Amino acid sequence: MAKRTSPAKSPPKPAASAPAPDAERTLHLSLLRSMLLQRRFEERVAEAYAIGRIGGFCHLYIGQEAVSTGTLSHLRPDDYMITTYRDHGQALARGLTPRSVMAELFGRVDGCAGGKGGSMHMFDKATGFLGGHGIVGGHLPIATGVGFAIKYRGGDQVICCFFGEAAVNNGAFHESLNMAALWKLPVIFIIENNRYGMGTSVERASAINDIYQRAGSYDMHRGVVDGQDVLAVRAAIDEAVTRARTDQSPTLLEMRTYRFMGHSMSDAVSGTYRSKAELDEYLKRDPIALLRAHMEERDTLTEPVMQALDTEIKAIVQDAWDFAEASPEPPLEALMEHVYVDTTSDTISAAGGWS
Amino acid sequence: MAIITYRDALNQALREEMQRDARVFLMGEEVGVYQGAYKVSKGLLQEFGEMRVVDTPITELGFAGVGVGAAMVGLRPIIEFMTWNFALLALDQVVNAAAKMLYMSGGQFNIPMVFRGPNGAALQLGAQHSQAWESWLAHIPGLKVVAPGTPYDAKGLLKAAIRDDNPVCVLEGEMLYNNKGEVPDGEYIVPLGVADLKRKGEHATIVTWGKQVLVAMAAADQLAKDGITIDVVDLRSIRPLDERAIIDSVKKTNRCIVLEEGWYFAGVGAQITDLVQRECFDDLDSPVLRVTQADAPMPYAKGLEKAAKADLPKTIAAVRRALYLD
Repeated sequence: MAKRTSPAKSPPKPAASAPAPDAERTLHLSLLRSMLLQRRFEERVAEAYAIGRIGGFCHLYIGQEAVSTGTLSHLRPDDYMITTYRDHGQALARGLTPRSVMAELFGRVDGCAGGKGGSMHMFDKATGFLGGHGIVGGHLPIATGVGFAIKYRGGDQVICCFFGEAAVNNGAFHESLNMAALWKLPVIFIIENNRYGMGTSVERASAINDIYQRAGSYDMHRGVVDGQDVLAVRAAIDEAVTRARTDQSPTLLEMRTYRFMGHSMSDAVSGTYRSKAELDEYLKRDPIALLRAHMEERDTLTEPVMQALDTEIKAIVQDAWDFAEASPEPPLEALMEHVYVDTTSDTISAAGGWS
Repeated sequence: MAIITYRDALNQALREEMQRDARVFLMGEEVGVYQGAYKVSKGLLQEFGEMRVVDTPITELGFAGVGVGAAMVGLRPIIEFMTWNFALLALDQVVNAAAKMLYMSGGQFNIPMVFRGPNGAALQLGAQHSQAWESWLAHIPGLKVVAPGTPYDAKGLLKAAIRDDNPVCVLEGEMLYNNKGEVPDGEYIVPLGVADLKRKGEHATIVTWGKQVLVAMAAADQLAKDGITIDVVDLRSIRPLDERAIIDSVKKTNRCIVLEEGWYFAGVGAQITDLVQRECFDDLDSPVLRVTQADAPMPYAKGLEKAAKADLPKTIAAVRRALYLD
C-alpha cells in the first residue's frame, strides 16, 4: 500500500468519442427518464409532506438530479454507493423502486428500510445502496472502508460517495481522503456543491472556494464539473470509474449544482440567505431542461415523446403513492427487532457478502 | 493448561480467529510494524501481511469508519484503539454508524466488528488518559460491551466477540496485560452475556467486571480472614447483562456491593442497583452500595490518584458497611 507519487491531474475532460446516433438517443432518453422520475417523485413528496403523510426531516433533491443520474447511470450493479440524508433522488437513480422509496417516506413496512429509516435513511442491500446517512461527513469514512474491502477482496468494484460541500470542512472528510489516497482505494468522492450548507454559503464556510482543490492536500486526482449537465457528469464519472477499476485510485469530483428548494421542508426557497434573483438565475440551468434542449437540438426528442414520458412517469409516481398509502404501518413488534442479530460467523454462511 | 499473560491470551485469540476466517483483519495505530502499542498484536503482521494487519495514521474517526464500511460489505474488522480514551474521537462511528446500521436499514446491514483496546486508568496518566467508558458504551442499544478480567476470559471473550455478528466493544486493561493465568491449550469460547461466579460466599455479593475483578478477589481474600465470605460475580459482559447471575447471588447473600472503575453518576452500577431493587427488594438486608471512582477527573499526583480510585480499602469498607460491621 504505497502512497502514489505521481502528480494530480487537472479536471477531467469530456469523453472523447460520441456514441452512435441510435445509442445516443437511447442513452439520453434513459437519462431524461431518470431525472424526470426524481423530479416528479419529489414534487409529490412535497405534497405528501404538506398533508402530513411524511414526517420528520425531509430534504428535497430537486435541481440536483443530473448529479445522481449522471453518476449512477454509469455504475455496474455490483458497485456500491453511499450518500447523505438528501437521498430520495439517488435511491431512485440507483434503481430502488419508487414504491419502496415512497413507502419508506410514509413509514410503512414495504419501505426500503421497513419504515425504520425514513427520509434520511434509505437502504437497499440488493442494489449496493449503503444508505442515506444523517450526520454530515459521517459516511465518508464508511465509504473509505467499502473501498478498503473491495481492495482486500481483490475486486474491481467502485464505491461512489456523495456529500454536500459543507462536509469538506469536517474532519471526517480529511481523514477519509487521506486514507483513500494513502492506501489507493477505489473510492469516488462526489461533492454536490449546491452552494449552501443549510443557510451558510460556501464563501462563508470554506477558506478556499474551489473546494475540489482540497484533494491536492492528499495528492488525489480531482476535478470540477458542471453538475447541471448530466453529460458532463457522466464524462467525469467515466474517467473516475476507469481510474478506480484499473488503478484502484480515488478521485474527488466537485459537482457544481444548486438546490431549487429550501434546505429542508421547513426552509423557505429563498429570501433569507439567498435571493430570489439568484434562485431565478440558477433555475435557468435546470438539468432536465438542459438535457431536453440538447436533445431537441439534435432532433432526438419531440414534444409528443416528452409529454408521453411525463405522463408515464406521473402515473408511476401515483402508483408509488397509492402503494405506500396501502402498505401497513410496521407492527409494534418491529420496535425491538433489528437492534441485534442473534447470529455469529458460525451460523451465517462464510460466503455471506463475500462476492 | 498453560499459564500465559492476558496480553498473550488476546494475541492467541486474534491469531486463531484470523487463521480461521480470512474476512477477519486487524486495523489501528501501531498494530503492525510496532507490534502493538501494548504488544497485543505481536507477530501478526509477519504472519498475516499488511492487508490484514493494517497500520493507520492517527485518525480514529477515520479508521473506525473504515471498519464500519468494511463490515457493511462482508468483512469482519477488529479495530484497535490505542486506548478507549482516544475512541472519543470515533464515537460518531461507534454510536451513530456501527450501533444503528442494522436498525436503520430495517435489518439489512448488520455490522460484525470488534472495537477493542485498554480502558480505564493505569498509573499517573492524568485526566485524559484515565477513563472508564463502559457506562457510555453500554448505554447504546446495538452495541455489546465486554470487559474481561483474566487471561482465560480475555481470550474466550475476544474470540466470541470476533465471531459475533454485532458490533462488540472489548474493554481491556492496561494494568492487566502482564497478569498471568491459566488458559486451556485447546479451542474455547466464553459466550457473551454470561457472568462467572469467581468466588462463592454467603455474606455479601460483589458485582464487578474487568480489572476490578482482581480488587474484588483481593477483598474477598482479606474479608475471609474475618470469617466473611463473598460471592464475586464477574459480569464479564456488561451488555448483554447476565441479570440472572446477579439476582441469584443477591437472593442468596442478601447484600450487594457494585464495584466499578468509572464514575458514580449514571455508572453501570446505577443500572445494576435498579435491577437489584426491583428483583430482590424483599431479599435485601441492607441498601445496595456502590464503590466507584471519585466524582472528579483523574488527578496526576500519586496520593490524589489513589484517593480517587475504587480500590481495595474502599471495597472492604463497603462490604463491612453493608454488613453493619462498622
